[in-house]
Amino acid sequence: MLDRIVHESEGNLSFMEVCGTHTVAISKFGIRSSLRDRVKLVSGPGCPVCVVPGSVIDSVIRLSRKEGFTVATFGDMMRVPAHGSSLQAEKARGAEVQVVYSPMDALELARRNGEKMLVFFAVGFETTAPAVAATVLEAERQGLRNFFILSAHRLIPPAVEMILDLGEVNLDGLMLPGHVSTVIGSLPYQNLVERHRVPAVITGFEPADILQGIHMLVVQVLRHSPRLETQYTRTVRPDGNPRALELMNQVFDVVDSLWRGLGKIALSGLALKTKYAAFDAGQFLDESVEGDGVQTRGCRCGEVLRAVCEPLDCPLFGRTCTPEHPVGPCMVSSEGSCAAWYRYEV
Amino acid sequence: MSRDEDVVRMAHGGGGKLTHALIESIFLPAFRNRILERLEDSAVLPRRGRRIAFTTDSYTVKPLFFPGGDLGKLAIDGTINDLAMQGGVIQPRISCAFIVEEGLSFDVLRRIVESMKHAAEHADAQVVAGDTKVVERGAADQIYVTTSGVAFVSRGLRLGAEHVSVGDAVLVSGPVGDHGATVLASRFDLKLREGFKSDCASLREIVAELISREVEVHCMRDPTRGGLATTLNEIALKRGVRIDVDENMIPVRPEVSALCEILGLDPLYLACEGRMVCFTSWESRDKALESMRSQDIGCDAAMIGRVTAEGGRVVAETAVGSHRILSMYLGEDQPRIC
Amino acid sequence: MCLAIPAKVVELNYPEATVAIGGVARRARMDLLPDVSVGDYVIVHAGFAIQKLDEKEALKTLRLLSEIAGHQGPEDP
Repeated sequence: MLDRIVHESEGNLSFMEVCGTHTVAISKFGIRSSLRDRVKLVSGPGCPVCVVPGSVIDSVIRLSRKEGFTVATFGDMMRVPAHGSSLQAEKARGAEVQVVYSPMDALELARRNGEKMLVFFAVGFETTAPAVAATVLEAERQGLRNFFILSAHRLIPPAVEMILDLGEVNLDGLMLPGHVSTVIGSLPYQNLVERHRVPAVITGFEPADILQGIHMLVVQVLRHSPRLETQYTRTVRPDGNPRALELMNQVFDVVDSLWRGLGKIALSGLALKTKYAAFDAGQFLDESVEGDGVQTRGCRCGEVLRAVCEPLDCPLFGRTCTPEHPVGPCMVSSEGSCAAWYRYEV
Repeated sequence: MSRDEDVVRMAHGGGGKLTHALIESIFLPAFRNRILERLEDSAVLPRRGRRIAFTTDSYTVKPLFFPGGDLGKLAIDGTINDLAMQGGVIQPRISCAFIVEEGLSFDVLRRIVESMKHAAEHADAQVVAGDTKVVERGAADQIYVTTSGVAFVSRGLRLGAEHVSVGDAVLVSGPVGDHGATVLASRFDLKLREGFKSDCASLREIVAELISREVEVHCMRDPTRGGLATTLNEIALKRGVRIDVDENMIPVRPEVSALCEILGLDPLYLACEGRMVCFTSWESRDKALESMRSQDIGCDAAMIGRVTAEGGRVVAETAVGSHRILSMYLGEDQPRIC
Repeated sequence: MCLAIPAKVVELNYPEATVAIGGVARRARMDLLPDVSVGDYVIVHAGFAIQKLDEKEALKTLRLLSEIAGHQGPEDP
């Protein structure tokens, strides 16, 4: 299949793989370097860990320092740096921080320790948000008074839209995230694909899925027939998972939100509806969880997330910014573009 | 530098990059000597006549009892293994120091000690000295064991990273990550199939067999924390060589792969407690495999790669035929959503 | 954001369930799949099943994937 892609593509094509998990898979399986001469794969903003603003992490850190509070989080967020600290550093200093595999595990923690205030750091795109929504509803059902979430959920289509609207990069096609689309379906992308006339393929995550997805994009380009296709047919349906969307919309409002490295994007984040305010950890914070979007000098994460430059183009890459000492969000998350490049690109 | 730098973090105990940084920045400068600098699994003390291998280790594990072993077995086998990696297989003698948290039940303590007794008997070892301290509730997590071990090294054996040459075969004695998977499964509530257990075992017999068959072994290491990838990196970096491995040839049990998929981890970084990596001359590889496979715990021994050039890195050929750098382990194993 | 894996539902006590993947079993929530049944294959993310695996489509893709993996496709030399 690799050979087929190389043979069939003419000229140098540029495809954006939006999703962080795609970024890692593509680097890990050497697909990026194998196709370098024909197809350039650029990474997009689909790393939910990378795009959480430093100020939000600050807020979670402040909560973790409060007497009687425990923060539960996915492992990915532990090492993300914010203003000189991280959840991992706070844990080392005595804060109660627990890694969980599922938001339900966090609810269990709250249930088992009635005296502790349990805050779940809700990070993730539309793949994760419905699960968190279901957990909030379960907490309500159980009448829990010590379970809270701090939502840092973000939405994919508005971010993709923004990048296309900015028009900073010449993109011949989009590789869309398979699991976000499993939840939201293919319909939400219809508009932006038509408006921008850009080839788009919703792709799975096995190396063979990715190769097939790239091939489908190449074929669309050759035939000059840009449209939205689904490679990941085994789980992606046009209407996605209606129940998941229903729960998500029941519990969350869509709001404007700040993306680390990208700035503010309209209607791109999720906040708990007033109806569920009792579960909002924001009530324990004095200042609002508004972002600062300040980046360290030299750090080009914003441009990397918008595919304007590659990790190697950043002056800090591999020097002051490494996986052990990450400066920007792209190096922090295990699936940030810079982390993937550093670890896997030979 | 950020405030992150001034405290020990869990990741410093992970066996990977941060652990090495800690050793290089705090311990080595204080204790520096030629023997310590080799940073092998045990120290071989020079003396006229039979050389002695000498090692020390601390053991802490959660949960204390897991399928395939417990803290006690881990402590004895771990010590035996560190000695064996430098050829110290003759008459192992071990000392054990226990730090016990107030409130630990006698039953738990007895079970751990019984387990140590059986592990020692199996490896023809004796526990010859010991110590116990009790600390207040909360000052320790149930029980910690620290051991020291000595054993005689067979005459003429020269083992270590410095003896690894370009062209050497890289072998592994069995499937990797079984121990790490067992412990993670219990921590994150995943049920492995009935009968799946940690690979916790003594490597003494498998090493003794290699020695008795006079296989040309250059270096042996048991990959514990940080897993196979970290151990390969340690040797690649120490010796300045490039090691090429083929992921398709590295034995990994399907349950371990599945667990790693669920939690977002890589089996090559999970701990083993009864496996060894073995560097032999290219010509001796088949003899070495035959020798290892003659032992129960070595029945799935396999050649996984070769030392190909000077370099100081580890490169893996992936399942789909491309290549990636296998870097040193970064910190702790945490389940991820990404 | 997309670590999700296919698993088989082996026990169901809605909304709780036990799923199995290659010899590993774990509880998972089915709140997002109200009409799931024992024996279904689902995609699990963060302890929740987010979609049922379409068997027909899965087989189709599997055939194609194995073609890619190493065998030649019908039109290849």
